[in-house]
Amino acid sequence: MTEEHIIGTSVPRKEGRDKVTGAARYVDDMTLPGMLYGATVRSRFPRGIIKKISFDPQFTWSEFVIVTARDIPGKNCIALIGDDQPCLADGKVSHPEEPILLLAHANPHLLRKAVDAVTIEYELLPAIFTMEASERREHIIWGTDNTFKTFLISKGDVDRVWSKADYIVDGEYTTGAQEQLYIENNGVIAAFDLEQGITVWGSLQCPYYVHKALMALCGLKEDKVRVVQMETGGAFGGKEDYPSIIAGHAALLAVKSRSPVKIIYDRTEDMTATTKRHPSRTRHRTAVSKDGKILGGEIDFTIDGGAYATLSSVVLSRGTIHAGGPYYWPNIRIRGKAVATNMPPHGAFRGFGAPQSLFAMERHMDRIAQTVGLSPIEIRRRNFLKPGQTTTTEQTIREDIDLGKLLDRALELSDYPAKKAKFAQENQTGPIKKGIGLATFLHGAGFTGSGERYLASVVGVEGCADGSVRVLVSSTEFGQGTNTVLCQIAAEALNLPYDDVRIAQPDTNQVPNSGPTVASRTAMVVGNLVRSAAVGIKQTLIASGMLGDAYSPEEFRAACKNHIAEHGKLCSTARYDPPPGVFWDDEKYRGEAYATFAWAAYVAEVEVDLSTYIATVKDFVALQEVGKVLHPILAKGQIIGGVAQGIGFALYEKVVWQNGRMQNGQMTNYIMPTSADLPEIRVFFEELGNVHGAYGAKGIGELPMDGPAPAIVNAIEDALGARFDSIPLLPEDIFETISADGVR
Amino acid sequence: MTVPSGRQGKCEFTFTVNGRRETVRAYPMERLLDVLRHELNLNGTKEGCGEGECGSCSVLMNGELANSCLIPALQASGAEITTIEGLAGESQLSVLQSAFLECGGAQCGICTPGMILSARHLLNKNANPTTDEIREALSGNLCRCTGYAQIVEAVAQAARHRSAE
Amino acid sequence: MRSDPADHELIAPGKLQTVVQLLAEEPGKWLPIAGGTDIMVQYAAGKLPARKLVSIWNLPELRTIEISPDEITIGAGCTYTQLREHDLIASEFPMLASAARWTGGIANQNRGTLGGNIVNASPAADSLPALLAYEAELILVSTRGERRVPYLGFHTDYKKMNLAPDELIRAAALQRKFSGYLHYARKVGARSAQAISKVSIAALGRLRGYQGLDAVGDMIDEVRVAVGSVAPIPLRLAEVERIVTGKSIDPELVESARNAAAAAIQPIDDIRSTARYRAAVTGNLVAEFLQQLRDYGKTI
Repeated sequence: MTEEHIIGTSVPRKEGRDKVTGAARYVDDMTLPGMLYGATVRSRFPRGIIKKISFDPQFTWSEFVIVTARDIPGKNCIALIGDDQPCLADGKVSHPEEPILLLAHANPHLLRKAVDAVTIEYELLPAIFTMEASERREHIIWGTDNTFKTFLISKGDVDRVWSKADYIVDGEYTTGAQEQLYIENNGVIAAFDLEQGITVWGSLQCPYYVHKALMALCGLKEDKVRVVQMETGGAFGGKEDYPSIIAGHAALLAVKSRSPVKIIYDRTEDMTATTKRHPSRTRHRTAVSKDGKILGGEIDFTIDGGAYATLSSVVLSRGTIHAGGPYYWPNIRIRGKAVATNMPPHGAFRGFGAPQSLFAMERHMDRIAQTVGLSPIEIRRRNFLKPGQTTTTEQTIREDIDLGKLLDRALELSDYPAKKAKFAQENQTGPIKKGIGLATFLHGAGFTGSGERYLASVVGVEGCADGSVRVLVSSTEFGQGTNTVLCQIAAEALNLPYDDVRIAQPDTNQVPNSGPTVASRTAMVVGNLVRSAAVGIKQTLIASGMLGDAYSPEEFRAACKNHIAEHGKLCSTARYDPPPGVFWDDEKYRGEAYATFAWAAYVAEVEVDLSTYIATVKDFVALQEVGKVLHPILAKGQIIGGVAQGIGFALYEKVVWQNGRMQNGQMTNYIMPTSADLPEIRVFFEELGNVHGAYGAKGIGELPMDGPAPAIVNAIEDALGARFDSIPLLPEDIFETISADGVR
Repeated sequence: MTVPSGRQGKCEFTFTVNGRRETVRAYPMERLLDVLRHELNLNGTKEGCGEGECGSCSVLMNGELANSCLIPALQASGAEITTIEGLAGESQLSVLQSAFLECGGAQCGICTPGMILSARHLLNKNANPTTDEIREALSGNLCRCTGYAQIVEAVAQAARHRSAE
Repeated sequence: MRSDPADHELIAPGKLQTVVQLLAEEPGKWLPIAGGTDIMVQYAAGKLPARKLVSIWNLPELRTIEISPDEITIGAGCTYTQLREHDLIASEFPMLASAARWTGGIANQNRGTLGGNIVNASPAADSLPALLAYEAELILVSTRGERRVPYLGFHTDYKKMNLAPDELIRAAALQRKFSGYLHYARKVGARSAQAISKVSIAALGRLRGYQGLDAVGDMIDEVRVAVGSVAPIPLRLAEVERIVTGKSIDPELVESARNAAAAAIQPIDDIRSTARYRAAVTGNLVAEFLQQLRDYGKTI
């Protein structure tokens, strides 16, 4: 096997130069002739019947484009998984900020005033805002029982373990909503004409999701809808399904007005109206032997989906499957449930259910340790999954992962044992209390179960007339390095310089559907297809006699040009082929949930200042096994960025709700960490390879989101000796807990 | 439609942007950010929050870092303004821009123009900042992608290169 | 952006005299705008009622810092950056320098002004506790001339102050008499930078006989304690000051001081924090100040 010379090196970011010079084009940088601005009139209330819509007569409404549910040519829904979410509310509203009607005008300032000049009268209906109220079914707000979805994972015979247990450990853990807070707000431009149909340019992750949604909304065939991704300023899941809504709105205005329409949200609208991480509640009951072995347990994992189903079933799926952590459960019952409330629908955010259930699992492991009288290290060591054992879904671990060794290395890198002892000593005096905590976890990359099979992703690699190579995927770049990594893979596969490979802008008219850019699947799954397709064009050239088995870049270029001159084009496609022996049962929720898992051990060191109750992270070690590091700088950047978001999830980012509406929808009041708040985050990798991933890579984009919050809260408990089972954990919460405990 | 009191009409403003004298017609209360983007087609300066928190709209005004979303056009009249477009030479990137590229300082890129200007402002005042000084200087520029580490490295690298020049 | 630039008038006369003339001719009609770091945020949110604004940004008369042997006079148009970088402020009025350093990020420090901070009168304003502790005086200017008022008592209630509709703050004057004191300031916010304060404190303290060669002991000679974000206006904790003056610093005194502080403040629950948290932290910071004062005495 040839030595890799591009994979594993930190080649320059493909679109990096444009980004550092300000030349990169985001959707708000684009204008079209005759373009109008669009805006959305939204519900002020969480639930009600729309009785009357009035337009202030002081405005000349004939100058405005006005769109209501009546104007929808196709189906009034945002086509995703179910069809329950209307594009525009029709007669009733189910959450604050629900879109009711749309306006467009050439003057954006006048437009803003016009939004405020529409008055809507409602007959208010009782609304619910908590999972508990939803479960109690005080009011039925969705379906017959407020429940979007349930899952049951069952392994072994849980009911028989309780009598054998030396300890039964209970715990309840909750996590709050979290805003993705990409620095570029949602935005889109739509244009329509009878010939071409609808074209949409947007800040988005999944062009083909938007494509599918617009076809249904506008009643158009697939060749009459075109979606183009612009440079996207951060996404993290917040632009996975939401863009279908804003694109739908712009498209409806464009269809009605026959002018291009631009909609760009401001920060407050984006925060209050778009998706957030699902709040969660996890209940654990675990049967443990006196030597700290897990005999079995029950886990009850519930998430708040907001008013419509959207992606909740999939978030629930991932959270439920990850709920048991990286441990061996001989017997387990996991019940997952997603319920409805009258809040704007929650959605995808890096980790997608796993950060929620893994927070609970890792807090609970420390709880079990305390109950049994073992250290947090030892309790984990005794229960880690080993090769040959099965997960909660009975997936056999087939790779040579040694979690005990991984943990040992993390402990050494963080100086855990010495620090724990030192802190216990130092904490005896002074207002600064120090603690150290750990979390061990796993993250399955790619779509769950048969998901990749249903996606049936397709990728293209083509030779161009100038002899260069172009990658054709609908996978999008939004900072994580898609462009760079996929070009690296193609270059490696073709043995060409990295600079000879380009990647097409994701445009549904130009690129095949390589699936959504989610689930940490791009490098691993799509990358593997890019590799295949690249090899495909090489083989075509070799088979046609234009290229030898070994060749220089110049020879390749010449052969490529010759081939195109003779045949018109040079292109190879690759379609996802499910690997043999990977079997998943959707009914029983059992089998190989993911093609592969990445594994990690994180250690957080914190200080809590008892004069202000403020906890800060002082040091952080992030150690993970990721198959293969394709690009060291990008990989490190993903981990550090994810850990930073995890620190925010744990200590800073609180959504303040009132009657289902976010009250702190400003950057001033929704607190994410600045450069002054974060410690050095020390990143280390191990590489075991991955037969299912390009060049052995596993997906890593979401992995770093899972570990920081529990490691930090474990550390705070170590520092203060008090229990905290809920995040975000703000100084106010620390104060209330320890002053109740009598600690000053 | 009633016209609120205080209507003034547009005025002509002149300033120097990236070394070029520019004259625009704008309302005095037009935000400098909007003047740059809409009147001068300099789209490198971004709007992330509109409240002076995220720093994506940072520019240098008379050599001082400022959030252009909070500056009315009238107050920028006669000023020397540098935007991200003013940093690169004809064919060469600035030392900071190169460092950002080498160190992974830009991921999605939306905070990058403001971040680079903020770094430029720091290095103009303090040629050899410590890591803590870099972190403090950049604390008004929010980045959601990188967790800041590779940005701080880029600034430190640029500082070393500049002092070597 | 939720305002229309066409709906607001902004003029920049360029001279203090002209501005003051305008305020006299049309009192209450023109809102002075300096660096705009508060006003422009309200404007962008569509929440600026003022339709006419007069720019006082960069007026030379407002940006001077004058030093005499007894006093420093800081122009109201001085930016936080100017305060931070001024040697004398840093050495003799470090709590004002630290307040400047803790306000926003560098970009906002370059534009935010001392006068703006005072007149905007957010209960959480960063520089106000330091001005109270340093017993600043404000120099107010109008066509009727100048008047000098103690900063203490300037604010009367939430966003209400002793400033006539035709007056501007021209400067703040601070007496150069605080060397040898412990200067103790802390800001408690939601994060290390760019945070609106939940609680802030600026305190000065001196122990008895500190200038003498004899052992000092821990008896308090004088203190000034000012707090922000725990009432509609920044507060001097007069009762705390009264209780501790002339006493030895021991645990009982610290406890009494805590209780007096709790009684004096009126913290609220709001989007950033809770009344109970604010009250507890205020007490902790007052206690920490006294403990540091006791230790400060030991080092002299």
